[in-house]
Amino acid sequence: MSEATRKRPDLRGWVVPGVLLLLWWLATALEWVDTRLVASPAAVLEEAWQAAASGELWQGLAASLGRNLSGFALGSLAGLAFGGLLGLSRLAERLVGPTFHALKQIALFAWIPLLSAWFGFGEPAKVAFIALAVFYPVALNSFEGIRATRHELLEVARVLGLTPAQRLLRLVLPSAAPAIFTGLHLGLIYAWLATLGAEYFFSAGPGIGNTMIDGREHFEMDQVIYGLLVVGSVGLVLNRLAAWIEARALAWRGGGR
Amino acid sequence: MRGTGFLSLHGVDKRFPLKEGELHVLGDISLDIRQGEFVSIVGGSGCGKSTLLRLLVGLEEASGGSLRLDGVPIRGTDPARGIVFQDHRLYPWLTVEDNVLLALANSPLDKAERLARVHAHLELVGLKHFARAWPAQLSGGMSQRVAIARGLVNRPKVLLLDEPFGALDALTRAQLQDELARIWQTEGITTVLVTHDVDEAVLLGDRVVVMEPRPGRIRRIVPVDLPHPRHREHPRLAELRSDILQDFTRRQAIA
Repeated sequence: MSEATRKRPDLRGWVVPGVLLLLWWLATALEWVDTRLVASPAAVLEEAWQAAASGELWQGLAASLGRNLSGFALGSLAGLAFGGLLGLSRLAERLVGPTFHALKQIALFAWIPLLSAWFGFGEPAKVAFIALAVFYPVALNSFEGIRATRHELLEVARVLGLTPAQRLLRLVLPSAAPAIFTGLHLGLIYAWLATLGAEYFFSAGPGIGNTMIDGREHFEMDQVIYGLLVVGSVGLVLNRLAAWIEARALAWRGGGR
Repeated sequence: MRGTGFLSLHGVDKRFPLKEGELHVLGDISLDIRQGEFVSIVGGSGCGKSTLLRLLVGLEEASGGSLRLDGVPIRGTDPARGIVFQDHRLYPWLTVEDNVLLALANSPLDKAERLARVHAHLELVGLKHFARAWPAQLSGGMSQRVAIARGLVNRPKVLLLDEPFGALDALTRAQLQDELARIWQTEGITTVLVTHDVDEAVLLGDRVVVMEPRPGRIRRIVPVDLPHPRHREHPRLAELRSDILQDFTRRQAIA
């Protein structure tokens, strides 16, 4: 791609959302659909405006993001430590690897009865559920990333006489970094899914998921759709943020070519 | 100048255990390499020439016989023995400078001295303006120059080269061969080059060790009686080359 074409922002990605928005507006304005089931864009905007002005939106967002991030922090730290241990120690892999690979077959939602028995239905249970969702992709990718360290580069470390600590910091971790970032990135996506799931399955409380549940119970589709849009936007922002951090941390992969 | 760096190999034998039996890779290799000498080892694939180099650098252990550097038995890897592999094996997450610096990670020098040493060696291989580049930004020839700088920066007594130019195009290869000859002359370092390129072996070596396979043995040692620097068009080099090549073609004809 030449310099000139690269400078202009590529707007083609906005075509589909634009058309969908237009169809949505037409469908409600011309009453192709029952507006009690599909609220009009104007009603949703009005709802969003009110929620933002009353502070309800920010309270809900803060509560959801707060538990999302604490769950992510807990789950990713545990996943990194566990995956790292399994990757670095053959003994650890022999001992706990098979159990780990068996347990990860259990669908996330199947843990809910056990989690609620241990942690109740409140905030701790929600955070634990999110942490569990994050743990698997982070642990698995860290483990596989560390194991994929190239044999040839390990030989170089031997020839250069690097100490075990130097090998870890200069070779194994940088080499595993792309895989670890993939794990963290997946973890971030799973965490947001699990945040919404947790708000559905555990007790009611502040949160964007609960806003949507309330909307459905009171049959206020504008509130439901507004919640949907907020959830999507937050997911998008988190995703972009992760991609941005990843690109900066792994600048060496681009190679400028 | 380096004070030392002579290699003595005596009755070196290497076998790899297989599921059934064993693979006899090297048999009864005896060879003395003088301080500051350039020795080329040439042979077809499977003659064990790379294994011999891996024994010298300490990545493999001999099954029998002895390898000594300055009379001291070789055990494991050591900064006194530098190596350049066929693939450059640079760490892609480190810049050119940091890749070379890595070889000094445990050197007693302070930070400023290390950097000065790294820059001197990057200059030696003609890459001083690429210190901050990523390996992915370099061509194959440039990457191999960095690998040579990394192999030399620790001031080893011996430089081991395992088909270092085997993956490069002909023009780059010729250029790097000339550079290697120049570096060898300025550094005065004992050098062992493993190659399957007979031209390269006679152009660079004071002696050419010709090997034959199953198990890998020294067939004969050909001295290259020409002073350095050499011109690759010299008729004596062509003579030696066809002489050595006959060893391989004749054997093939019998087989």
